Amino acid sequence: MLEIKGLRAGIEDKEILKGIDLVVPTGEVHAIMGPNGSGKSTLSYVLSGRDGYEVTGGSATFDGADLLEMEPEVRAAAGLFLAFQYPVELPGVGNANFLRTALNAQRRARGEAELDAVQFLKMARAEIKRLSMADDMLKRNVNVGFSGGEKKRNEVLQMAILRPKLAILDETDSGLDIDALKIVADGVNALRSPTFSALVITHYQRLLDYIVPDRVHVLAGGRIIRSGGPELAHELEANGYAAVVAEAA
Amino acid sequence: MNAVSQTSLQASAQGFLARYEGLKARLSGNVALRAAGAAAFAQQGLPGPREEAWRYTGLRVLADVAFHEPVVLLADGAAQLAALGLIDGPRLVFVDGRFRDDLSQLPEGVSVQTGAPAFGRIADNAEKMVALNTMLAEDGAAIDVAADVDAGTLLLVSLGSDAHGKPVSFHPRHAVRLGKGARLTLVEVNAGVGVYFNNPVLTAEIAEDATLVHLRQQMEAPGAFHLSTVFAEVGARGTYDSFSLALGGKLARVQVHARLVGEKAMAHLNAAQLLGGSQHSDFTTVVRHAAPATASRQTVKNVLTGRSKGVFQGKIEVDRIAQKTDGYQMNQTLLLSRDAEIDSKPQLEIYADDVKCSHGATVGELDADQLFYLRSRGVPVAEARNILVRAFLAEALDPIAHEAVRAGMEAAIAARWAAELGTGDAA
Repeated sequence: MLEIKGLRAGIEDKEILKGIDLVVPTGEVHAIMGPNGSGKSTLSYVLSGRDGYEVTGGSATFDGADLLEMEPEVRAAAGLFLAFQYPVELPGVGNANFLRTALNAQRRARGEAELDAVQFLKMARAEIKRLSMADDMLKRNVNVGFSGGEKKRNEVLQMAILRPKLAILDETDSGLDIDALKIVADGVNALRSPTFSALVITHYQRLLDYIVPDRVHVLAGGRIIRSGGPELAHELEANGYAAVVAEAA
Repeated sequence: MNAVSQTSLQASAQGFLARYEGLKARLSGNVALRAAGAAAFAQQGLPGPREEAWRYTGLRVLADVAFHEPVVLLADGAAQLAALGLIDGPRLVFVDGRFRDDLSQLPEGVSVQTGAPAFGRIADNAEKMVALNTMLAEDGAAIDVAADVDAGTLLLVSLGSDAHGKPVSFHPRHAVRLGKGARLTLVEVNAGVGVYFNNPVLTAEIAEDATLVHLRQQMEAPGAFHLSTVFAEVGARGTYDSFSLALGGKLARVQVHARLVGEKAMAHLNAAQLLGGSQHSDFTTVVRHAAPATASRQTVKNVLTGRSKGVFQGKIEVDRIAQKTDGYQMNQTLLLSRDAEIDSKPQLEIYADDVKCSHGATVGELDADQLFYLRSRGVPVAEARNILVRAFLAEALDPIAHEAVRAGMEAAIAARWAAELGTGDAA
């Protein structure tokens, strides 16, 4: 379970998150929607431990452990996964090698046995098939020369292989056509289980037609200003953010 | 300060000359060639800080050490050799500059002679370190591959020992000759323990349509000095394909002279230097395009941390006759600490009018986004840095066709750098 209380954080003296309260129980998928500049990406980076963000107040715990005290790799081994809005290219690093290194590092950190190359490839190929992705995905360098859609699919593939307990999807729908969107959504839905939770960060309601959330939260001005069921996403789509923000003010 | 260093350089040169005077009656090999080298060294001395080619690599730290003649000891090099984890197969092993029959395995289909310096034909005593080598060389390998023979892979190993109780220097002299259409992969490994000075010279004469793949792995002891010179002369459609990895030593320099003397001859002079602490390593090349339609490719990568200093000097000379020359040179550096330094100097001298020559240099740090991406997937920071360093080197390492050798070099890099990069001054 992810539990965020009064979280304040910013970058270079500029406070962006101004007291976030949010609970994502195990097994649930929550969506965070909000206008540009509301702090959506900052929230995902603070939760995943990117350098450069300063936490000035509040707390974030994951299964009871203080998330904000952990190094990024420790958060990953604890079961946190961030699907990047802009996946990073790694020239000279093969995708298969990258994924096996990551998986084995996490397994090592958890005291589990590592997978050898044969075991890993068998598992990775099965995931690729299940996600209807191209076979050459593993052979290419990480995200190098990938289209926008391929990069997002690669994020989903990584998620499927790393099997996190909590996935944060940072505007994973941006720049995707409808076919790619479906593949990404299928990938997330396939992981849904009583032991998996997700925080889906998005600007648009469209993705939530495919990944139907248990709860929807509206982030504006660094605070959650409203929470509700999946119908809240449709209300935002119909009336726009301005109406909800004005109403909450 | 110059006066001081000149004095110590002169004193050091006098020491080497005195050693030659004491030894010359019993040194083997061509007396006239050796005397010419000694005369050149007596006149030239050691390279000083005012020489353009040695501006970035000062030898005072070398001149401050008195190097002695290695006494013949049957030191057990076997354990040291085994620790290197070399590939199986034929090997020529030298300990403290002397051929060790007991540790070697002679190749088939190749003529090898040892027991005396193999002076070769093409080394130039105008290079001061070559003159020193010519004067003091005691041993070396003459490696001949007959026309149209594919001689496979041969290891040439140099081990420095601390068995003498005082710093020693050795000056091995090797000559490789490939007949027309011949082929050889020569894997040169330099390693050791203690304080010593390894000053090898290797000449490679590559006939028409022949290919020499020359892979060098320099992993000398942390207190060692390594100043080596390679001369390669390539005939028509022949190839000198080299990669030089610098990991070790306190002060190191590899200087490669490649002369492309036949039409469509080709040279690859790739290198990677990975330095930490207060290491200094210099990769200097002079490529001479002396025939039409010749090509040269140089990809040189430096990864520097601590207070280390890397140097790359690359000179491309194109003779008037060498039309349609294609020369390419790229030098890229990762600076992983604020106190590390790189000096990069490209030089083009072009006397033909229809040529394509390009060069470039970049300097940067590890990419913070890439590092975070790896860490967010669970890869610990030291391992993430190692992956990114390996990826940075890929362009220089990947062309090594011999998979086992490449894997060995990658393992050596990983072992050296996992520790170095994890120490925090890289952050």
